[in-house]
Amino acid sequence: MRFAPHTDDDVREMLGACGLRSIDQLFDQIPPSVRRDRPLELPDGVSEMEIVSDLKALASRNRHAEDLVCFAGGGAYDHYVPSVVWALAARSELYTSYTPYQPELSQGVLQALFEYQSMICELTGLEVSNASLYDGPTALVEAVNMAHAATKRRRVLVSGAVDPRYVEVLRTYGRGAGYEPEVWETPEGRQGAPPLGDDVAAVIVQHPNFYGVLEPAGELFAAARETGARAIQVFDPLSLGVLAPPGDVGADIAVAEGQSLGNHLNLGGPYLGILAARMQDVRRMPGRIVGETVDVEGRTGYVLTLQAREQHIRREKATSNICTNQTLMAVAAAVYLGWLGPDGLHELGTRCLSKASYAAERLLEIEGIELLFPGTPFFKEFAVRLPRSAIEVRDTLIDRGYLAGVPLAEAGGHALLVAVTERRTRNEIDGFASAVGEAVR
Amino acid sequence: MTGAPVRREGPPGEGTLFSLSRRGRRAWSWPELDVPAVAVGEEFARKAPPGLPEVAERDLVRHSTRLAQINYGVDTGFYPLGSCSMKYNPKVAETVASFPGFQRLHPHQPEHTVQGALEMLWLLEEALCALTGMAKVSFQPPAGASGELTGLLIMRAFHTKNGEPRKKIVIPDSAHGTNPASVTLSGYEAVQVPSDARGLVDLSALEKLVDEEVAGLMLTNPNTLGLFEEEIQGIARAVHDVGGLLYYDGANLNAIMGKVRPGDMGFDIVHMNTHKTFATPHGGGGPGAGPIAVSNRLEPFLPAPTVGRREDATFFFDHDRPDSIGRVHGFFGNFGVLVRAYAYVFLHGGDGLERVSERAVLNANYLAQKVKDAYPLAFPGRPMHEFVSTAKPLRRHGVRATDVAKRLIDLGFHPSTVYFPLVVEEAMMVEPTETESREVLDAFADAMLQAAREAESDPELLRAAPVTAPVRRLDEARAARNLKLRW
Repeated sequence: MRFAPHTDDDVREMLGACGLRSIDQLFDQIPPSVRRDRPLELPDGVSEMEIVSDLKALASRNRHAEDLVCFAGGGAYDHYVPSVVWALAARSELYTSYTPYQPELSQGVLQALFEYQSMICELTGLEVSNASLYDGPTALVEAVNMAHAATKRRRVLVSGAVDPRYVEVLRTYGRGAGYEPEVWETPEGRQGAPPLGDDVAAVIVQHPNFYGVLEPAGELFAAARETGARAIQVFDPLSLGVLAPPGDVGADIAVAEGQSLGNHLNLGGPYLGILAARMQDVRRMPGRIVGETVDVEGRTGYVLTLQAREQHIRREKATSNICTNQTLMAVAAAVYLGWLGPDGLHELGTRCLSKASYAAERLLEIEGIELLFPGTPFFKEFAVRLPRSAIEVRDTLIDRGYLAGVPLAEAGGHALLVAVTERRTRNEIDGFASAVGEAVR
Repeated sequence: MTGAPVRREGPPGEGTLFSLSRRGRRAWSWPELDVPAVAVGEEFARKAPPGLPEVAERDLVRHSTRLAQINYGVDTGFYPLGSCSMKYNPKVAETVASFPGFQRLHPHQPEHTVQGALEMLWLLEEALCALTGMAKVSFQPPAGASGELTGLLIMRAFHTKNGEPRKKIVIPDSAHGTNPASVTLSGYEAVQVPSDARGLVDLSALEKLVDEEVAGLMLTNPNTLGLFEEEIQGIARAVHDVGGLLYYDGANLNAIMGKVRPGDMGFDIVHMNTHKTFATPHGGGGPGAGPIAVSNRLEPFLPAPTVGRREDATFFFDHDRPDSIGRVHGFFGNFGVLVRAYAYVFLHGGDGLERVSERAVLNANYLAQKVKDAYPLAFPGRPMHEFVSTAKPLRRHGVRATDVAKRLIDLGFHPSTVYFPLVVEEAMMVEPTETESREVLDAFADAMLQAAREAESDPELLRAAPVTAPVRRLDEARAARNLKLRW
């Protein structure tokens, strides 16, 4: 047995100590009518060398963001992950521990989460952050649940420029919670007119939005709050070195996909659900929250707090069912934000914006390519209209070594969403633009 | 024999990273900007920079290293939290998960560029079906509680398709708190079925409780008391007879691999916690992964997309699922965790997984018999992979389960779960897992027995514990009263 340290003598003597003669007797309480009488239909175990070879072979059949120059975004971004992030987050005292139920032995994770919460508050301009949720879309579901609890209303309004995956996830959970998200149209790629009313619980705007476009979210949120609805912003954490934070924009609750904060692409997970709010909603927040306190000698320490919100105490009346969250991703995010600091974050935002602007200029030089939403400002992502199918163009560019972006259904399937992070060099952008030019010719 | 973090001399506590911040200090570095600089328009610009710490990289490294040093993980020592399966996390799983061909996959890559990843998921799905006796898997739920809610939404979709969604979900009074919380979020009402004198579901009470308003029942088997629900077939019959469905909470799957399958017991939906059964690291509280597997009749309702295989042995994300409940995760679940689970499952193989459960149950029984005179078992049945004792006999000395737990910290161990399940007074829920040696179990039993003796001879020693940990007992009431949730 690979990781169980028992010798044959151990097994015999331990059984003896239990008054048993065979391992089988340990399972006697399983009724014979359901107990399995033959081996599992699984291959036999293998050595470590063999499992490494097996997985190396599977991994080698994938293209990836190291061997392709990545211009894909759509909610997951190829940002640089500094060496220090996983050198620290992968300390095994941290990653082999669990939810800090015994705070005296878990001060490391608790303090890291407290610092994560603090940094999220600083970033967002909001008052309180929880200790992580699963990902951006499920964080939005939790924000909507908070809005329901706060307003006792049912309607949920979502901008048509919110990432459709977020809306799909919201729709799934809405079937259980008893709401159907209403998507208002944004024909010019942003803003539109939400059908507000005094029965609206939440108004949801993504800024920068799914198309990368900067939204006049402040106006939408002011109108929403006037009606008593909660204003919810889906934000990009790495935009907040240059863009005004959700708190200043007027959001009551802000949620984000935190993958870009030092986490790898991982085909979509594990990622990091960020949720921050104002103190008015702290008792409606989901999941773990870490608070500072003192021990019996007055020494500063950290504990899970406001646990009366949570499922292990409040059961069916809990604010959420979440238990295991994405702690390790939050720890990594805190290291990454510590590495950046305010200036590094600002420089990063400037790089994303400048490189995306440059890439857009180069692409727009190509005959037949135009912005999907002309005249709109963007941050690190923008949508272009191509003279041919975006899926075909993307697939052609794979062979040229580029992951071109995310094809959209808009413009009859001729729209491509292009993301440009700080990792992209001018040479790569120039090469990409000429490859796109050839692909659409 | 343990490496539990200990209190160090010097100033109290570790300051926050912010306390190390000095204006102008930096760890970051970016290449020179090689395109024209563009600034964001005034209308959208941030007015004042965020108050993030400004530190040197060395500050960051020492600070985080110190945080790691005041934390206790499975790599530090024995960690017997009940229903958490805190087993050793094989290092090879970290190696394979960091292959660029897995770690650097963008979720919007076209299918033909991620065939290896899809095949990995397909093979893992086949293995999980073989292990559980189910037909089809969704990898989307990122944790067990998410698997629960997904399963309940599938129940709702199934019943709605057959007429109406129904109203109630039955859960045992010993259930984990996520069960009732998930029930509420799925729009159902949680109805409790009591435990009988054996600590098992009271079958006659259940039979009276179920009717055609019942959408289903959620059950862990073995249950949270570590006891096998011997009347599982009667339970399944009672629920199925009224048209209800059975949900298997996989928190305790580590007890039964290769011995009995949820599908053979009559369950219709199963979630697995990869961070428990398949040794993916618990991460300080996540990430986990909570894939669910369902029987044939529920397969149409699984979240879309699932993983599909074509006749020509190519793989695809199957979005064409008209009865699907929809997405429950932004992408495909915690893929990076699933790579680790694959490594664990195929490293062990069928025979190895069966040995895992055998050793896990052996360890729990061995430890239970060593401590049960001082800490009586809550119920008389033979425990499986975990057992629930009670510290109630120590109450006459003014000592409670939490005092025992804190004393165990001073004796070098992470304590068991305490005060859960709620149906047991002064509960101590102990799950040693299969990866602990007899010597570790002996030492832990000795520590528990020593604490019981000390409860009589020197109860203050327990009430004052811990004194060796980086901090002593923390004032949780103050934390909740004077909220300080950020620096």
